[in-house]
Amino acid sequence: MTQIIDQIRHVCTLGGLQSVLAIERAIPVLHAGPGCGQKLWGAVGLQNGGQGSGYAGGHTVPCTNTTERDVVFGAVDKLEATIENAFKVIDADFFAVLTGCASDIVGDDVGDVVRGFQKQGKPIVYAETGGFKGNNFIGHEMVLDSIIEQYLQPAPGVVPGQVNIWAVVPYQDPFWTGVYADLSELLRAIGLTPNVIFGQGGGVAALNRVSAAQFNLLVSPWVGLKGVEQLEKKFGTPFLHYPVLPIGPTETGKFLRAVASYAGLDLARVEAFIAQREEHYYHYIERAAEVLLETRFLPRHFTIVADSAYALSLAKFLVSDLGLIPERLYVVDGTPEDRQAEVREYFKDLGEGIGAEVLFTPDGGEAQEKIRATKFRSRPLILGSSWERVLTKELNAFVLSVSMPVSDRLLFDRSYVGYTGALRLVEDIYSVILSDFQ
Amino acid sequence: MGTINIKQNEVPVREFRLGAVTGYVGTIGDLHDRAADGCDVGNRERCFTQASACSSGCCQGQLGSISDALVINHAPVGCAADAVASNVNYKSGARLRGLDYKNLRIISTNLDERDTVFGGAEKLRDTILQANERYHPKAIFVTASCVSGIIGEDIQSVLNDLKDELDIPLVPAFCEGFKSKVWASGFDAAFHAVLHGIVAPPRFKTNKVNFVNFRGSARKEIISTFEKLGVEPVFLLQHSTVEEIRRISEARATVSICGTLGSYLGNGLEQHYGVPYVRTEQPHGITGYKNWLRSLGTLLESEEEVEKIIASEEARIAPDLEELRAKLKGKTAVVGMGPSFGHNYTRVLRELGVEVLWAATWHFDQKYDHGEVPESTKRLAEVDGDLPVSVGDQQNYEIVNLLNKLKPDIYVTRHGGSSVWATKMGIASYMITDEYAAFGFNGIINFGNVIVDKLTNRSLARKLAERIKLPYSEWWLAQDSFSLLNAEGF
Repeated sequence: MTQIIDQIRHVCTLGGLQSVLAIERAIPVLHAGPGCGQKLWGAVGLQNGGQGSGYAGGHTVPCTNTTERDVVFGAVDKLEATIENAFKVIDADFFAVLTGCASDIVGDDVGDVVRGFQKQGKPIVYAETGGFKGNNFIGHEMVLDSIIEQYLQPAPGVVPGQVNIWAVVPYQDPFWTGVYADLSELLRAIGLTPNVIFGQGGGVAALNRVSAAQFNLLVSPWVGLKGVEQLEKKFGTPFLHYPVLPIGPTETGKFLRAVASYAGLDLARVEAFIAQREEHYYHYIERAAEVLLETRFLPRHFTIVADSAYALSLAKFLVSDLGLIPERLYVVDGTPEDRQAEVREYFKDLGEGIGAEVLFTPDGGEAQEKIRATKFRSRPLILGSSWERVLTKELNAFVLSVSMPVSDRLLFDRSYVGYTGALRLVEDIYSVILSDFQ
Repeated sequence: MGTINIKQNEVPVREFRLGAVTGYVGTIGDLHDRAADGCDVGNRERCFTQASACSSGCCQGQLGSISDALVINHAPVGCAADAVASNVNYKSGARLRGLDYKNLRIISTNLDERDTVFGGAEKLRDTILQANERYHPKAIFVTASCVSGIIGEDIQSVLNDLKDELDIPLVPAFCEGFKSKVWASGFDAAFHAVLHGIVAPPRFKTNKVNFVNFRGSARKEIISTFEKLGVEPVFLLQHSTVEEIRRISEARATVSICGTLGSYLGNGLEQHYGVPYVRTEQPHGITGYKNWLRSLGTLLESEEEVEKIIASEEARIAPDLEELRAKLKGKTAVVGMGPSFGHNYTRVLRELGVEVLWAATWHFDQKYDHGEVPESTKRLAEVDGDLPVSVGDQQNYEIVNLLNKLKPDIYVTRHGGSSVWATKMGIASYMITDEYAAFGFNGIINFGNVIVDKLTNRSLARKLAERIKLPYSEWWLAQDSFSLLNAEGF
C-alpha cells in the first residue's frame, strides 16, 4: 500500500537548506523552483516555534527560481550567474548550493559549476537534494556530507578535550538552539570543550575546528550517524554515539557518566556536578508536588507523536522521572527501514522496566486515527505537534506541541535538555493542565 | 478579450494569458500606457534572484480551505509543506467566522526517486482511495507539482479510472511551480478547477452575490450592507462548501476583494453563465468602495439605496478622516504588495494624505481576462502618471536597496517576509494580513489609525536596526536598486 503523508511532520530533502542557515553567516543558494524555499521554511521555520528569516533566511535566500525554459534547456548558466552575483550581493562567509527536484531530474551538472568556484578558493559546497530523495532528516545528512567531503580540511593536531556536538536537526526541532547550547553547557561543566557549528557563535570558525576534535559526540537515535562515521574515515576522529537526548535527572546522569568515561574524565568531578544539579531539580519538584499529585485533572497515560529523538527522550523522562505510563508511541521522522529495529529496541526499556510499542509512520493522519482508537481510561497527555490540537479537543486530552509543526508557540532559547530543561518541560505540561479548565 | 475555456482541464498561466510580467521599473503612467496600447510591457529578467513563491502554494491554499473537500498533492512531501501555514490560516479564518475547529486536509502522494523513473500513477490512485476512506470528502482535488509535470504524469487518466468507483467530483489542478513566475497563476488554477469540475449550470437565479476573498473578516459588515441591497453574499473559496460552490453560477453578480484573486473566477462565471463581474477598482478606501458599490448597485438596480449608504457613511466618518489626514500630513510611504492590492492601497494612502514615494508590486497583469488593464492601475495612472513603480517577484534585495535610498516614514506591504526588512532598517512597517484592512469607510479609518500607531512608536524598529546587520554587501547597497534587472529581451 502507498505510504501517503497526511498532516506533514517533516519536509523534503531540500529542507536541508535550514541546516545551512543554522550555521552563522552561511547561506544556501537554491537551484530550485520559485516556491520551494517559501514552502519549506514556512513549515520548519516560521510555523515551527516562530523561527523567522533571521540574518539571511526566508526570501533573502538566493534561488534560480526554475522556469519551464530551465526544465527544457537546463539552467547551469543561470546557476553560475546566480552564484556569482550572490557572492557580490550577499554578505556571508559560506555558501551551499542545494538543488531541487527539477534540476536533479533534468540532470544539470551542478557539481561542475560549483567546483569552478571552489577552484577560485570560494567557500562553497553543493548537495543534490532534490525533494524526491527523501525527507529533511536525510537532507540534513546530505548537507553535512557535502561540508565534510568538500570543505573540511585536516587540522594540524588534535585539541585534547574538544568535542564536536551533533544532535537534533536545526529548525526541524524548534528547540534546536537551546538543545545545542544546553548540551554544550553540560559538557563544559564536566571539563570538556564543546564545539558546535550550529547556532550563535559557531559559524565558519567552528566548522574549521571540527577536524581538530578529540572525538565527535552524536546525540541522536540515527540522524547524523553517517556524518560522524564519515569524519572518522576522513580525519580519524573517533565518535561516541549516544542515542538518547538527555531530559531529566535519570537520563542526564547516565549521559554525563557515559560521556565522562568515554572521554576519560575525572569521575568525581562529574558526580559532584550531577549531585548539585539533581538537588536543584528536586528542590523545585518537591515544591510542586501538590500540583503534580493533587491537581483535579491529571493525566496518567501519555502518547507522543514526534521524531525518534524526541519520542524516545520525552518518553524516557515521563516514565523514569514523572511516573507516567506510555501508550503506543508514534515516530514520524521516516526512520530508514534498516535502522528501525535498532531504534525500536531503544523503546523497550524507558525506565522502571516499562517499555512502549512504537509505530513508524510519516503519516500524521494515520497516527491520529490510531490515537483516536486507543483506550486511555483517563484524560491522556499528548506530546505532538500543532496538528494534534484538534484531536485533543475530540479526546478531551492535554496537548503540548513539541514536534514540528509547532505553529502554536513562540520559542527562543529554551530546550528540554538536562536538568533545567526538564523543569521547563514540567512547567509547560502542567501549565497546560492547570490552564485547561480555568 | 481572452475566452476562458472551462471544458479543458487546465488554464494557461498568467504570462501567456494576461501578459503578466515580473520585471519592470518606470512610472505608473508608462506601465499603464504600454499595457493599454498593446505595445506591451516587455518583461525584464534578472541576473540574480532570491527565492520567491510558486503557483502551487496559492492553488492548494484555496482548494484546501474548502471545508468539505480535500486536496491530494501529487508530489514529493516538500510540496505539501505549505499545508502547515495554510492550516494556521484556515483555523484563524474559522475562528473569525465561528466555524468548526478542525484541520485542513492536504495529503501528499509522497513521490520518491523510484516514481521519477517509473511514474506514480498507482500511488496517486491509492492515495485518493485511502484519503477518501479516511475523510469521506465531498470532492477531491489533485494538485500537480514540478515532478509530476516533468515526468509527464497523466493525472486525468487516473481520475477518469476512479470516476465510477467514487461518486464525488475528482478534479485536477495544474499548478506546477516551474510553469509560472507569477504565483497568482495558482489562484487561476484553483478557480479553474472549480469552474471545470464543480460549478453546475444554473437552475434559476438566486439573490446571492459571490464574494471572492480570503478569510472574510468583514463578513458581518458585508452581510448587513448587502441586506440593504436585497442580496446575500457567498464568501469564496475559503470555508465554503462544495455544494455552495456548485451553485455560484446562479448568483446575480461576482465581486472580489482582490483583482488578482478574483478576476479569473469572475470572468469565467460571466462568460459561461452570465453572472456579471464587477470590474471597478477594489473596495479599499473611499473612492474604491464608492465606485465598487455603485457598480454593484447598478447591476442590482439598487442605485438609490447605494447612494443613501454612501451619503450617510461618508458623513459619519468625515470628522475621523479629517483628524487622520491632519496627523498623516507630510508622511511618506513605500508600498510593496501584489498588483491589485498594491495599486489599490497606493490610492488609499493618498486618500489619507500620505505621499507614496514608490509602489512596488510582486507582478503586473497587463490585461485581465475581460481584456482591460486593471482598473486600479488605470485610475492611479490618471491621477499621478509620474508615480515611480517597479515590478518584481518579491525580490528583497531590490526592496531593501530601495528602502535604504528612499527612507520613507513607513513601508506598507502584503505577503510575509517583506515588512521585517524595513523594520530592520529602522523604518516603520505594516504588513496587511487582513484583506479587509482598509475596506470601505470603516476600513480606511481603521487603516489610517494603524498607520498613525505605527508612526507614533517606532522603538522596536529603531532599536533592532541599531543592533543588526543587513545581509547585503556595502557594494550592493551602493548600486542602483534595479541594476541587476536585464534590459528587455535579454
